[in-house]
Amino acid sequence: MTLQAHAITAGYRGRQVLSEVSLSVEPGETVGLRGPSGCGKSTLVRVLALLHEPTTGHVSLDGTPVTGARHRVPPQIRTRIGLLFQSPRAASDPRLSLTDLIAEPLRATGHPRDTIETRVAELADRTGLTPDLLARQPHAVSDGQLQRACLARALAHRPAYLLCDEATTMLDASTQAHVAAVITEEQHHHNMGVLVVSHDPALLKRWTTRVEELI
Amino acid sequence: MADRTLLRAAQLTLVAALGATLLVPVIWPLDQSAVDLAHVGLSPSPGHPGGTDDLGRDVLHRSIYGLRVSVLVGIVAALAASLLGGIVGGLAGLLGGWTDRVLMRLIDTLAALPHLLLGIFIVAMLRPSLGAVILSIGLTHWLSTARIVRSELLSLRTRPFIDAAIAGGASRRRVLTRHLLPHVLPKIALATTLMIPHAVWHETSLSFLGLGLPPHLASLGNMINDGQRSLLTGSWWASIVPGLLIIVVTLAIAALATRWRDRLDPRARAELDL
Repeated sequence: MTLQAHAITAGYRGRQVLSEVSLSVEPGETVGLRGPSGCGKSTLVRVLALLHEPTTGHVSLDGTPVTGARHRVPPQIRTRIGLLFQSPRAASDPRLSLTDLIAEPLRATGHPRDTIETRVAELADRTGLTPDLLARQPHAVSDGQLQRACLARALAHRPAYLLCDEATTMLDASTQAHVAAVITEEQHHHNMGVLVVSHDPALLKRWTTRVEELI
Repeated sequence: MADRTLLRAAQLTLVAALGATLLVPVIWPLDQSAVDLAHVGLSPSPGHPGGTDDLGRDVLHRSIYGLRVSVLVGIVAALAASLLGGIVGGLAGLLGGWTDRVLMRLIDTLAALPHLLLGIFIVAMLRPSLGAVILSIGLTHWLSTARIVRSELLSLRTRPFIDAAIAGGASRRRVLTRHLLPHVLPKIALATTLMIPHAVWHETSLSFLGLGLPPHLASLGNMINDGQRSLLTGSWWASIVPGLLIIVVTLAIAALATRWRDRLDPRARAELDL
């Protein structure tokens, strides 16, 4: 029962970014991922999130190898992995209100309307988003508030694994602590495995159980 | 201030022009084939504000009828061109790879040809009719829309919010209809509006060259063409009135569309593509 990257080699248009990288995240544990800029941390996260197909190597989810990436992976498998991006601004559709943003994954997978409503209310409550904020569009909220909404969206499917790609870098200290607390709580409840990509040694030390180095 | 006055003038012009074209068949219907040889070549006067042409027909009256045809052709042709451009640009932007490369080279090739020449070629192969003119404009004016749609889709496709939607379980269709199209459609609508003046000019050029609408129909291009003869006998109004009408109306549409574009996308303000 692991999210595992097996000897991943990946890149973009012939430019190789990762070579033979392996990494695993067990349920319930928090793994840190550290490395200099441009070493391929984000690419590894995208590969693990099944959004980028490696040239060689593969990702396995709870022992089952996953083939392909993006839409070629069935939605039931894609939604087992949650993803939190560095820039909440870039990661949210500017046309949607925060409510729609959080509800989007549930709507996309055809959940009934009332289930979605209660789930969105619960997620908003946990991430500290007030009804006033929920009605707003991304341009009308701060980065911190938007990242909370993105966290709520990432948790909407109760993912077995959550990948945070420098997700707290842009946030102020209190929001950072709150985001981390919400993730830790989810971990306790559902034994979610978490991968934290960060440059911040203090954050990694405080939050993670072990840190992997990417060169 | 001057900007706003200009905008207001454009709005009023459009309202007046569209009102006139819509109401004229009710208030003052035109017999397209009527000739009044008792009133040939009259200069503008209160009875005939635009004068009469060499067959004694009221120039202003026929110009308004001509505008009806031109605006109708302009709108339908712009819609047709946008539809075609949207489909081609959509395929190139969504499928990428070889499809994209082939379609883009096709567009570059077509763009290298003068589109009036291409338009003339298309109408020359068909019988002169409204449909032929619309087809000629539609088939030559879709390139810019296709480029806009393609580049918009390419830049949207790599945005993290599309990744987030896919990771959230959204199907291809849902990503397209919920996340891509809503961003692209306003741009297509804008491109269509900006294209209407071009389409009107194209129609007028074709009619002027005798390749557009059948000559007895009042269309602006036909009238300007007919008016050339009167120009030699000193009746300048037969060409000038329809000419001015087309310039004023297309400039008004372009002014409003440009304003709309500036609101939608302030970065595009620097480019002027009238």
